[in-house]
Amino acid sequence: MPKRKDIRKILVIGSGPIVIGQAAEFDYAGSQACTSLREEGYEVVLINSNPATIMTDSSIADRVYIEPLSLEFAKRVICKERPDAILGSLGGQTGLNLVVELAQDGILEDYGVEILGTDLQAINRAEDRELFRDLMQEIGEPVPESMIVHTVQEAVDFCAGLGYPVVVRPAYTLGGTGGGFAHNEEELRRITEAGLKISPVHQCLIERSIAGYKEIEYEVMRDANDNAIVVCNMENVDPVGIHTGDSIVVAPVQTLTDQENQMLRSASLKIIRALKICGGCNVQLALDPASFKYYVIEVNPRVSRSSALASKATGYPIAKISAKLAVGLTLDEILNPVTGTSYACFEPALDYVVTKFPRFPFDKFPGADRQLGTQMKATGEVMSIGRSFEESFLKAVRSLETKTDHLEQKDMMDMSQGELLSRIHERDDERIFAIAQYLRNGGDPRRIEAETHMDPFFIDHLLVILDLEKQAQVPGAKDDAELLRRLKRNGFSDAWIARCWGMSEEELSARRRELGIVPVFKMVDTCAGEFTSETPYFYSSYEQENESEVSDRRKIVVLGSGPIRIGQGVEFDYATVHCVETLRQEGYEAIIINNNPETVSTDFSISDKLYFEPLTTEDVMTVVDLEQPEGVIVQFGGQTAINLADSLVRRGVKILGTSLEDIDRAEDRHEFEAMLHKLDIPQPQGETAVTVEEALEIAGRIGYPVLVRPSYVLGGRAMEIVHNDDDLRKYMATAVKEISHDAPILVDKYVVGKELEIDAVADGENVYIPGVMEHIERAGVHSGDSISVYPAQTISQEVKDTIIDYAIRIGKGFRFKGLYNIQFIVDRQNKVYVLEVNPRSSRTVPFISKVTGVPMSAMATRAILGQSIPEQGYVPGYHPEDKERVFVKAPVFSFAKLRSVDTVLGPEMKSTGEALGSDTSLEKALYKALVASGVRIPTHGAVLITVADGDKEEALKLARRFSDIGYGLYATKGTAKLLREAGLFVHEADKVEEGDTNNVLDIIRTGQVNFVINTLSANNQASNDGFLIRRVSAENNISCMTSLDTANALAGVLESLSFSMISMNEMGR
Amino acid sequence: MERLLILEDGSVYRGQAFGSDELRTGELVFNTSMTGYQEILTDNSYCGQIVMMTYPLIGNYGINRDDYESIEPAVFGFVVRDLCEAPSNWRSQETLDSFLKSHSIPGIYGVDTRAITRKLRNSGTMRAMLAKPDTDIEQAVAQLQNTPWLHDQVARVSSGKIFPIPNRGHKVVLMDFGAKLGIVRELSRRGCDLIVVPWDTDAQTILSYHPDGVMLSNGPGDPEDVPQAIETIRQLMGKTVIFGICLGHQLISLASGAKTYKLKFGHRGGNHPVVDLETGRVDITSQNHGFAVDIDSLADTDLELTHRALNDGSCEGVRHKNLPVFSVQFHPEASAGPEDTAYLFDKFVAMMDKEGRHA
Repeated sequence: MPKRKDIRKILVIGSGPIVIGQAAEFDYAGSQACTSLREEGYEVVLINSNPATIMTDSSIADRVYIEPLSLEFAKRVICKERPDAILGSLGGQTGLNLVVELAQDGILEDYGVEILGTDLQAINRAEDRELFRDLMQEIGEPVPESMIVHTVQEAVDFCAGLGYPVVVRPAYTLGGTGGGFAHNEEELRRITEAGLKISPVHQCLIERSIAGYKEIEYEVMRDANDNAIVVCNMENVDPVGIHTGDSIVVAPVQTLTDQENQMLRSASLKIIRALKICGGCNVQLALDPASFKYYVIEVNPRVSRSSALASKATGYPIAKISAKLAVGLTLDEILNPVTGTSYACFEPALDYVVTKFPRFPFDKFPGADRQLGTQMKATGEVMSIGRSFEESFLKAVRSLETKTDHLEQKDMMDMSQGELLSRIHERDDERIFAIAQYLRNGGDPRRIEAETHMDPFFIDHLLVILDLEKQAQVPGAKDDAELLRRLKRNGFSDAWIARCWGMSEEELSARRRELGIVPVFKMVDTCAGEFTSETPYFYSSYEQENESEVSDRRKIVVLGSGPIRIGQGVEFDYATVHCVETLRQEGYEAIIINNNPETVSTDFSISDKLYFEPLTTEDVMTVVDLEQPEGVIVQFGGQTAINLADSLVRRGVKILGTSLEDIDRAEDRHEFEAMLHKLDIPQPQGETAVTVEEALEIAGRIGYPVLVRPSYVLGGRAMEIVHNDDDLRKYMATAVKEISHDAPILVDKYVVGKELEIDAVADGENVYIPGVMEHIERAGVHSGDSISVYPAQTISQEVKDTIIDYAIRIGKGFRFKGLYNIQFIVDRQNKVYVLEVNPRSSRTVPFISKVTGVPMSAMATRAILGQSIPEQGYVPGYHPEDKERVFVKAPVFSFAKLRSVDTVLGPEMKSTGEALGSDTSLEKALYKALVASGVRIPTHGAVLITVADGDKEEALKLARRFSDIGYGLYATKGTAKLLREAGLFVHEADKVEEGDTNNVLDIIRTGQVNFVINTLSANNQASNDGFLIRRVSAENNISCMTSLDTANALAGVLESLSFSMISMNEMGR
Repeated sequence: MERLLILEDGSVYRGQAFGSDELRTGELVFNTSMTGYQEILTDNSYCGQIVMMTYPLIGNYGINRDDYESIEPAVFGFVVRDLCEAPSNWRSQETLDSFLKSHSIPGIYGVDTRAITRKLRNSGTMRAMLAKPDTDIEQAVAQLQNTPWLHDQVARVSSGKIFPIPNRGHKVVLMDFGAKLGIVRELSRRGCDLIVVPWDTDAQTILSYHPDGVMLSNGPGDPEDVPQAIETIRQLMGKTVIFGICLGHQLISLASGAKTYKLKFGHRGGNHPVVDLETGRVDITSQNHGFAVDIDSLADTDLELTHRALNDGSCEGVRHKNLPVFSVQFHPEASAGPEDTAYLFDKFVAMMDKEGRHA
């Protein structure tokens, strides 16, 4: 069928801020979809609140609205734009939910807006548990049997017929609290009884347990003509029980016979046809490892994280094709963009093995509950490609950037087998490393099978790796060229082999080359070599024939930023993509190396050549050796890329842009201090320590509070504000694993004041500063977790001038070439200090680029290529501010998904994403930013205030503001007394341990308050209560503010929304 | 132990030996299926060929007792990138290696199968041999270049005698040119009462069973190598319902006056899109053929084109304009591969229903 001619303008819904479970993959899907629709001649209007994405670049759609993805704002866009159709199935769950809301609201019907892609009924049938179950029964596809029970007896009766084991899930408790597996009646009785008590509606779901089944996924596409295909199948190494987003996943399936594969393939196609989905869809199935029995676990009627992975794993651009299907094209009409000669209606054949590893945020959240289960906890992922399982697997391990270059972890090496087994039993994020260590120590593989239900295929392949390790450790092994070849063919890193053989990595690498043991590059072509392809998408392997042809063009390699993690998110991918685009515009061949399957940068159509490889010295050098580029750009790929600069330079690679020397000058504490001193720019007093005694001595000298952190940190990892000697000792003992001269601890004076930030471009001589951003929260809250405002609202012109002056002096003094970022603090006397300088792209580059309209990455890239800022047509200095609008960037957290993580804001970054709000006043912009970040802001409501003693005075002012606009006040005893004495009406809440029904936690749980204001107390009991208050808020989706600055900002917003209520008498009239 | 794969163009690939040591010469072809090596190895259409899998990990799930497509495999050799020596699957009974050993099929692993695939894609399929590491290459290449193509594969794999597979439904004579068991399974599943006959059984004998329909199976080699069968089919047309698969499809075409030709490197895999010209629908099919029917040559026949390969536009199915005769180039019985087109067997049964029993 040809494309639809009756529609002209399409509204595309994005996925909003990045949270766990919904990340960069939707930037990839969304930007592909918009481009794809415009290719077909449609006018595209986009709404998305996430400024950090390529998708919200003005060039991606005809109209881009960076507005909250809420009913209220989406309706305004529809009224203004009058689209003919709406497409939500490419914006994740957020996009889908918003379409459903809009449909229910009636506005779609009123304005004649048609839902494209998957229709409302299909969405409902896939998303609603009961409807889905009915449909599966109708078409004869099995789902795990289940029943809702209200009494223990009901559960027992149900299981008498069903058998054991079963899962008990109490209704309406978050994160599966109180549920569990029952293997017999006794356990069932115990768990159900507890579950019914915990459930607010006294209801439990009893479901057949399929834990331990193989978890298999099919990425399916269907068009309006009912053609349906499977793009990719994938097998989870971790069986059912661990969310697929947290599982190690391989593609294609490895342990299924064709019979099993076809059975599940046919079921998946049957399901997508029954749902009448038009576009992409993900079907998850559970297969009994010992029979043909299977169950359908769930269906996502939209593109998803898995479909992004499948796209990168096969080369088949699911989102791009889905968008075309949505406007009526059929699969057999669309050319396969990879081969250019075959059609999109086919199933990719892989001739390699893909491995995906999840990347977890637990390095940032040491206290978090690390056990994996049905709630996804990973923030990102890496993918690797190899020609054998071992090669693929080990490449993935070293892509993770978790300080390991092999399937081993230092801290596990001394563990006993018992300890390792219990780690394995705990099912945490490092389980695979514990398994490897257990087997390395000679443990029984069958024990692992019994404990994890992992397929023996995977365990046996780990054993192959471990056996090779042993062979490498035999004396004299280092002289065995054949063994070296075998190790490399099996994916071992130079770093590991070098360590094993007592040589430097460089020596090993040199010897390897002498022996001619070098990898070649193979193409990802969707067809296993059957057809000629032009895709510039490659991976390395130790094989015979190289397929990556080196052109004679001028070329530059750009390093990506690897997996998304807290502190290094999609913002860096944004900068990378713009760098690559600019290089291409300037006539260079742009080559990208990255390993993150979720992102736009690993879309093979972005660069001239994409190498999907780990970001390690060895793997980057392999590409450099082949391509012989003019240089490598490291400043856009976050700390990942910057950290490689040193070793690359040592191997003779030219780093383009800011030189290694100058990077080091900004990152090395002493050189940095000396430089600032030379430039006459003040910074908070501080020194480095390598022992506890030294740290105590420094703190004593400069005075508490001090800010302590390890050097070379990313996103404030392991950073704390410490108030006394005891806390400092505790920090030194726990937060920091290794202190050494290479990695000392920084002890700085903690300056109380306002934080500001700039991003700038320098060309070596000139500096251009697009804007000064002001943080709402005072210093002490990580800049990534602060609400950021542009233009700065509360600082004087003098302070702003000082900041600009310092920024220019720093840019010139450090001889930066490209992007850099500076964090400032302004104390109460308006003295400006420099906190840190980052010689690279930063988290705020997309935000400031978008709100000022200055294409920073492009400008920086041109500066790197040698075009000065004036040559580019800019007048060096400060970009004129647009005073008409205010832009606010608010952080977004994923606390509900990370159990036991304290939500209190501090120097350690905790947010996973950001949302933008812009309007004509600060309050309006803040309102939008907060709404977009998921905060609900009703004009009437109540607030719970429980603050530390030191904050009581400030809290009183705040309480009065809330009270004045008619908000109810709740407080615990101490705070309540204070408020009451000040003449405010306040509901007193019992402390956590005090009451059963009226304690603070109940008040939050039952939704009596809309906001919680809680500040950190030094008192132990109070701090424990505080933790509970914050957690319960997070789990009940109640905004909990831990900084009074945030609360004040919110009060301002509420005031602007409300009518004030002050008597004439109070006004003194 | 090392082993060589030598191609007629003189290229030599060094790998590791597995399977049998009875080394042979054959036509080297590649298959892009990611699962289904057991079905592929036992598919008799590969008689005379050395099969190379493009998917690198082979042997993962072992060999089981159920997924055979013939009792006795007829491939001449097997080429893989990475051999799995510790298979894992609940039905697995032996390793791929031991299976190949016991069926005298030599194998080689550890070679760059993607490089070889690209070579075949560009130069077409080639004669190749598996050889000992100390083989005189020049001599081997000369020998390869002088090796004649086989012409008797059908006779090698067809059943030697007539036998029944009883049931209570339509009486179907299955002409066995090397039939995959999948065809038998699909017909039996639909209640067909089968009589399997050797490839050279004459029309009179076949008609003597009063069949409701005749199933022409898949089989190896060049369809023009079996003129006898073509003649038989010509005589059967009009006397009973006929359904042809793969070689059977080519034979119907030849019997009707169309022509066949050899494809450069064939279609072998489980991901081939085929357009049903009547409905416009595309099915993903399992394919294994080195020859194809010349679409232009259909013009002078009573056949009409019903299916076309989406990618190269080649002929994937025909039907007779007046008679209950139809055929497809792909494999509706799947095994290995997608089951999307199994409905064609229903169509065959429906056609027999319509034509009435006891022709």
